[in-house]
Amino acid sequence: MSVRRLAPPELQPKDFAFTKTNAEWAKQQTEKYPAGRQQSAVIPLLWKAQEQHRGWLPEAAIRHVAEFLGMAQIRVLEIATFYTMFNLEPVGEFHVQLCGTTPCRLRGADELEKVCKKRIGEQGHVTKDGKFSWVEVECLGACVNAPMAQINYDYYEDLNAESFGEILDGLAEGKKVKPGPQIDRQLSAPVGGPSTLTDPALYAGAKK
Amino acid sequence: MLADKDRIFRNLYGVRDPGLKGARARGAWDDTKAILAKGRDGIVNEVKASGLRGRGGAGFPTGLKWSFMPKQSDGRPHYLVVNADESEPGTCKDREIMRNDPHLLVEGCLIAGFAMGANAGYIYVRGEFIREREALQAAIDEAYDAKLLGKNAAGSGWDFDLYVHHGAGAYICGEETALLESLEGKKGQPRLKPPFPANVGLYGCPTTVNNVESIAAVPEIMRRGAAWFAAIGRPNNTGTKLFCISGHVEKPCNVEEAMGIPLRELVEKHAGGVRGGWDNLLAVIPGGSSMPLIPAGATGCDDLLMDFDGCAKHKSALGTAAVIVMDKSTDIVRAMTRISYFYKHESCGQCTPCREGMGWMWRVLTRMSEGRAQKKEIDMLFEVTKQIEGHTICAFGDGAAWPVQGLLRHFRPEIERRIDEYTARSSSLDARDPVPQAAE
Ligand SMILES: Cc1cc2nc3c(=O)[nH]c(=O)nc-3n(C[C@H](O)[C@H](O)[C@H](O)COP(=O)(O)O)c2cc1C
Ligand code: SF4
Ligand code: FES
Repeated sequence: MSVRRLAPPELQPKDFAFTKTNAEWAKQQTEKYPAGRQQSAVIPLLWKAQEQHRGWLPEAAIRHVAEFLGMAQIRVLEIATFYTMFNLEPVGEFHVQLCGTTPCRLRGADELEKVCKKRIGEQGHVTKDGKFSWVEVECLGACVNAPMAQINYDYYEDLNAESFGEILDGLAEGKKVKPGPQIDRQLSAPVGGPSTLTDPALYAGAKK
Repeated sequence: MLADKDRIFRNLYGVRDPGLKGARARGAWDDTKAILAKGRDGIVNEVKASGLRGRGGAGFPTGLKWSFMPKQSDGRPHYLVVNADESEPGTCKDREIMRNDPHLLVEGCLIAGFAMGANAGYIYVRGEFIREREALQAAIDEAYDAKLLGKNAAGSGWDFDLYVHHGAGAYICGEETALLESLEGKKGQPRLKPPFPANVGLYGCPTTVNNVESIAAVPEIMRRGAAWFAAIGRPNNTGTKLFCISGHVEKPCNVEEAMGIPLRELVEKHAGGVRGGWDNLLAVIPGGSSMPLIPAGATGCDDLLMDFDGCAKHKSALGTAAVIVMDKSTDIVRAMTRISYFYKHESCGQCTPCREGMGWMWRVLTRMSEGRAQKKEIDMLFEVTKQIEGHTICAFGDGAAWPVQGLLRHFRPEIERRIDEYTARSSSLDARDPVPQAAE
C-alpha cells in the first residue's frame, strides 16, 4: 500500500474550475454510464483536472470534481489518494516515470535511475527551471522493450543511459523527440526483424 | 513452429494499418452478421468446443464462463467488461492488440456481448496506456461510423454500445471485482465472492469480465471453427497464445505461438536465445511475476512445455505467458526482493495478512539479499507466505506468496550462503541483527 497525502497548504491554490471546453468534455464523459451512475466518470474527470492544472491535482480540483459529479468530497479524496497516477504535489513540465520493476531492472533500469538522480535529483523533486521531475513506478506493461520510462503521455523504450540522456536533452531544448523504441526495431518485434508474420498471403485481403 | 496462416494477431508488430480498412484486409469484420446469426447458444458452444481458456492469468474456460450469464434477463441489463488493465510484471501483449489490431477486440466485444445478452460493454484500460486508449477509441469511432456498433450492430439486429474507460495506476484493478469497483467510481478494492459477477457485477447487474486477448481471439475462432483452434496445442491447453519474452535474452519480443511450445524452442526461435547460451540460464518466471520461478536444468526449464499443464508440472503456472528470463549474472534474491516490493506497493490494504504481510516479506527479503538475516528466518518467511496464501479476499495474496515460495524452494542454498558470508565478515556474532518479531 502506498500512503499518499495532499500537498501542504502553502502550495494549494484557492480555487479550481474546469475550463469551458473541459467542462463540456466532462459532461460528455458522464453520458457513457447509465443514468444515476455518473460517479463512474470520477477517474477520467480527475485526470482531466490534473491535466488542466499543470500535471498535479490540488485539493480545490478534488472539491470541484466532487461537486461536478454530486459526490461526497471524502469519496473523491479517497480516489485521488488511492490511485498513484494522481500527482498530489507539483511536478515538472516533463514528468518522468521510470519503471523500476524486475524485468526493467534485469535490463539496466539501475543505469537510468542514476541518470535521473544526477540530472533531476531526488524523486519527487522539481528542477529549479520547473522542467523536470521523476518518480520510480511499477511495471508499465512494456517489458519486452525494457528498460523504459514514461514521460508525460509517451513511452520511451529500449533505453540506455546515453539514449535516455539524449531524450532529456532534447526535451529540455524544446525539441521534438521520438517516442517508442530507441534502438532499431519495430515496436515489440525482435531486433533484426520478426521471426513470424512474413507470409505475404496473410495480407492478400478478406477470405470471402 | 506455428504456421503464419494460423496466427490470429496478424498485425502484432504494427507494420500494417491498424484502422478498419487494414483490419478488413486481414479478414476482420467479415460477415459478422452471419456469426451472430448462430445465436447465443451457438456461439457459446463453439467457444466451449474450441477449448479457449482465459488469457488474463487464471485460465478459466471462456465459453463456460459466458454460460454462467442468465439466459433470460430479469429486467437488469447484462454487461461485458473487458480487462485491459495489463499490469502483471512481464506482461505487455494486450497493449499490442489495442494499438496495432484494435478491431479484433472491438469485433470480439460485439460477438461476446451478444453471446451473453449484453447491449453494452466497457473496456477498462490501465491509465498509463494513453496512446493505446486513443488507438482503441479511434477504432470504436470507426466501427460506429461503419454501423458495426450501435443500433443493429453490423446488421445483426442486436444493439451494442462499447465504451472505453480508464484507470489511474493501480495493479489491483486488474482483479476483476476491484476493476468493477473502480469502474463504478470507487477505490479499486476487491469484493468478497460470492456473489460472483455473473450474478452481481457492474452496478449490481450480471457481468462477465474477460481479458483483451481472450476476447480478441473469438472472431477468428468463430470464423475458422472450434476444430481449427482445438487442433493447435494439446488437449486442455489448446490454441495459440501471445508470449512476452523479457529479461536476459538476445532479442526480447512478443510473439504468437502454439500453446505447449517447449520453452527452449520459444526462446531460441524467436528471442535469439538466452544471453550467453542456454547453459547460461539460471531460471525463468513463466507467467508473470505472480508465478513461481522454474530453475534451469534437466528437471526444470529443459523439459518445460509452455502451457497450463506444462507449467503446473513444475509447480508454477502459465499465468499471462509473460516469460521473464534470468541468466547466471542475475542476483536472484535481489530480483525476487524487487518483485516483493511490487506487491508491497500494490496491495489494496483491505486484508491484514496481505497489507502487513507484503511489507514484512519485503523487509526480510531485503535483509536476506544482503545476507543480513538468520537462517531460522528462512523457515519463518516460508511460514508467513503460507499464512497469507488462501487467507485473503482476493488472489493478490496468493500471487505475492507464490514467487517467494518459488525462491525458497529452489534457491535456499543461495540465501544460506549469503547469510554465512555475512556472518563470516562480521567481527563478532553480536554484529548480526536480531530477529524482528513484529512489524517494524
Ligand atoms: C491481483 C490480480 C491482478 C490481475 N490483473 C489482471 C490484468 O491486469 N489483466 C487481466 O486480464 N486479468 C487480470 N487478473 C485476472 C482477472 O481477475 C480475471 O480473472 C480475468 O480478467 C478474467 O479474464 P479471462 O477469463 O479472459 O482470463 C488479475 C487477477 C488478480 C488476482
Ligand atoms: S489480498 Fe491484498 S489486494 Fe486482495 S483484497 Fe486483500 S489486501 Fe486487497
Ligand atoms: S517491468 Fe518495466 S515495463 Fe514491465
